[in-house]
Amino acid sequence: MSPAPTTAPPAQKDNSQVRQKQMIARHFDRLAAAPETGAKCAYTFVPGNLTELLLAFDMLPVLPEINALQSAMRGKTAEYIAAAEKLGHSEDVCTYVKSDIGMMKSGNVGPTGQRLPNPDLLLLSYTGCFTFMKWFELLREEYHCPVAMLHVPYQADGRITDAMRTYVVDQLKTAVIPKLEEVTGRKYDEDRLRAHLAKSAQAENDLVWVLQSAKNVPSPIDAYFGAVYYVGPIFSAFRGTTDAVDYYRELRAEIAGRIREGKGPVTPDGDMERERFRIVVEGPPNWTNFRQFWKMLADEGAVAVASTYSKVGGVYDLGFRHDPDRPLETLAEYCLGCYTNLSLPTRIDLLTRYLSEYRADGFLINSVKSCNSFSAGQLHILREVEARSGRPGAFIESDLVDPRYFSAANIKNRLESYFQMLEQKRMGAAS
Amino acid sequence: MSEDPRLTALVARADSLFRDQTLAAVRDWKARTGGLAVGFLPIYVPRELLHAQGILPVGLMGGRPDLEIIKGDAYYQSYICHLPRSTIELGLNGVYDALDGLIFPAICDVIRNLSGMWQMLFPKVLVHYLDVPQNFDAAVGGAFYRRDLESLASALADRGARPLSADALRHSIALYNEDRRLVRELYALRRREPWKVPTHELYVVLRAAQLMPVEESTPMFAEYLELTSADQSRRPQDQARVLVAGSFCEQPPLALIKTLERAGCYIVDDDFVQVHRFIRSDIPADGDPMERLVAALLTDAVASPTRYIADGVKGEDLERRLAESQAEGVLFCAPSFCDPALLDQPMAVRAAERAGVPWTAFKYAENSGQFQVIREQAGTFADSIKLWSGA
Repeated sequence: MSPAPTTAPPAQKDNSQVRQKQMIARHFDRLAAAPETGAKCAYTFVPGNLTELLLAFDMLPVLPEINALQSAMRGKTAEYIAAAEKLGHSEDVCTYVKSDIGMMKSGNVGPTGQRLPNPDLLLLSYTGCFTFMKWFELLREEYHCPVAMLHVPYQADGRITDAMRTYVVDQLKTAVIPKLEEVTGRKYDEDRLRAHLAKSAQAENDLVWVLQSAKNVPSPIDAYFGAVYYVGPIFSAFRGTTDAVDYYRELRAEIAGRIREGKGPVTPDGDMERERFRIVVEGPPNWTNFRQFWKMLADEGAVAVASTYSKVGGVYDLGFRHDPDRPLETLAEYCLGCYTNLSLPTRIDLLTRYLSEYRADGFLINSVKSCNSFSAGQLHILREVEARSGRPGAFIESDLVDPRYFSAANIKNRLESYFQMLEQKRMGAAS
Repeated sequence: MSEDPRLTALVARADSLFRDQTLAAVRDWKARTGGLAVGFLPIYVPRELLHAQGILPVGLMGGRPDLEIIKGDAYYQSYICHLPRSTIELGLNGVYDALDGLIFPAICDVIRNLSGMWQMLFPKVLVHYLDVPQNFDAAVGGAFYRRDLESLASALADRGARPLSADALRHSIALYNEDRRLVRELYALRRREPWKVPTHELYVVLRAAQLMPVEESTPMFAEYLELTSADQSRRPQDQARVLVAGSFCEQPPLALIKTLERAGCYIVDDDFVQVHRFIRSDIPADGDPMERLVAALLTDAVASPTRYIADGVKGEDLERRLAESQAEGVLFCAPSFCDPALLDQPMAVRAAERAGVPWTAFKYAENSGQFQVIREQAGTFADSIKLWSGA
């Protein structure tokens, strides 16, 4: 049985939220105007994105994964996925891909209702996910535009070797940068890149502070559902910009205020008043029922104090910062270090560490059908993390953007049982 | 006219090796030679390198349909393909105790993550993730791949294998060139006279070769080629010539291959057990042998869906194969939940359509047991080719 509601009425939007909304709106305005202004745009992926390098060439990034998840939140993906499946895309494969292809076939209208420009370049940062490669092979057939491929080796043995770093840097020098020069007609300007990288590091410092604020009890943030919004700018088109620096400075100040006031995190129904459970979450969220899913946890008084999804665009809390003094090397290390590029043993170590450092009661794995990069091996992760940490894990299944795979009743039942079990355990320990 | 008993015996031996899921042949080889045996998952590893270090390369392709999966299923959700389940099952059952190491080539996220699981489940075994480059510039992707192979060789030497020498590697390249040449000959014979080389038979010969040293597989291929070429007992039938695409990792049950043949298809090209054909031609056995091995992967490997096709038109290779094999149809036959095959399929379909070749598609798992629907689908497809194709 769920406890009495622990939430208050919806709060007003924070300044940082308003700022982020404005940043996104301006970005999509620029994209919509690109055919007239002549601005060049590159489609690319979140993990291993080279935003600073694109900015140094004045290119506008488009992130198809983010378009897909936003389409899901707007209830559009059922129709997009159906359109792609009708064209012969298998029901077994990643629904981000099918949503993107369905969106393109339906006019390529983005989350703000404006038409997205066709890519001038597909920047294929092949980091941590095999599907990325196939995705852009598929898009190349549709858009007939150049592709810059950056193959980022996998950290199979849990470390970045010199050979890996050299391989990525060499590709940047011989494949990616020449392609950017060719597409934009501009010369590579390393000083511009350095300037953007310096801004990245500033924003990263503040992001890490925000994510680690969840070590407080109560946590002032939700580091899974809430973090989706916090990581938005840095994972997408804004890392390396003054906008991002300002956003994270403002966000940090707001979270500091919440800590001072002893406030819990914001939930779909406003501020959470009583933190009952602290959990660590592994795996991406479901986007079609994002709010409903979040509410299932918030209604139980459960707060995500750390998550791995908030590290797919960079595991900054382990210490990495973009380093303007080593511009290409730092880009290589960034790409190599994204969460889904880490080996399974490293992921297990990280989750176990989070459970301890964030004083979590347990952990939840949301296993999504679409993403083998995340999901293959998660049952092993479940057992190992339980064994190492002594804390119980819950395992649920859903999908990224296919609403057919979100079974609300099953997920809710499982979560309720899990939290009851945590409660029993707690009572047992207290008696 | 009856079949040459030597051919019957050769195929029976291959079949028994293929059916044995205990790696008895590998254990025997180790007992005989005292050498190391290293397994590798699909699709390709440069076996020459292992051989040059005195190691037996053992091709692992999951389990057969009669393998009961109990433990393996506990490691994977329902939407993950079947091969890693049987691989884990066989590992936990002790079958792979015969192996001193396992190589996981970078072909998809499932195999990639399995490498990490293997590190934890079998900490005493050498686990090497072979990060096959997707950059095909010799100075960039080639240099990276070379360093990876050198580090593999060094790790194997640390485990007691012979240190890698250039002479030994040149010798191994020459041996595998002959092995691959014979497989190419078999495929060419099947294209010319598919009734002489039924695929269900060729398949078990290729699978058996995964478990034996090249010194034994080459004579087996040579004998099979000689016997099957000479055999007059096999007569042509009115079957449709098809190319089977998409089965390069998890393999279909042998019964599925037989089903396709019985449904009226001559399989004239396929992706099965592709390690034997992944490098398309001879690798020069002179000069710097490591450089030769690297160049072969960069410039002469098949256009697998697991490789990024940087230049040219996607699907061009399929069109070439269709022309070469004179296939009248394509069967897209991929394992369920196989990302590389299924994500590639829409592009491959377009290639088949460009070539004007009809196609149909279905999926399987390595433990599929019911083929009636596939039989009807393939039979109808073959009939439609015979009835309605241009000829």
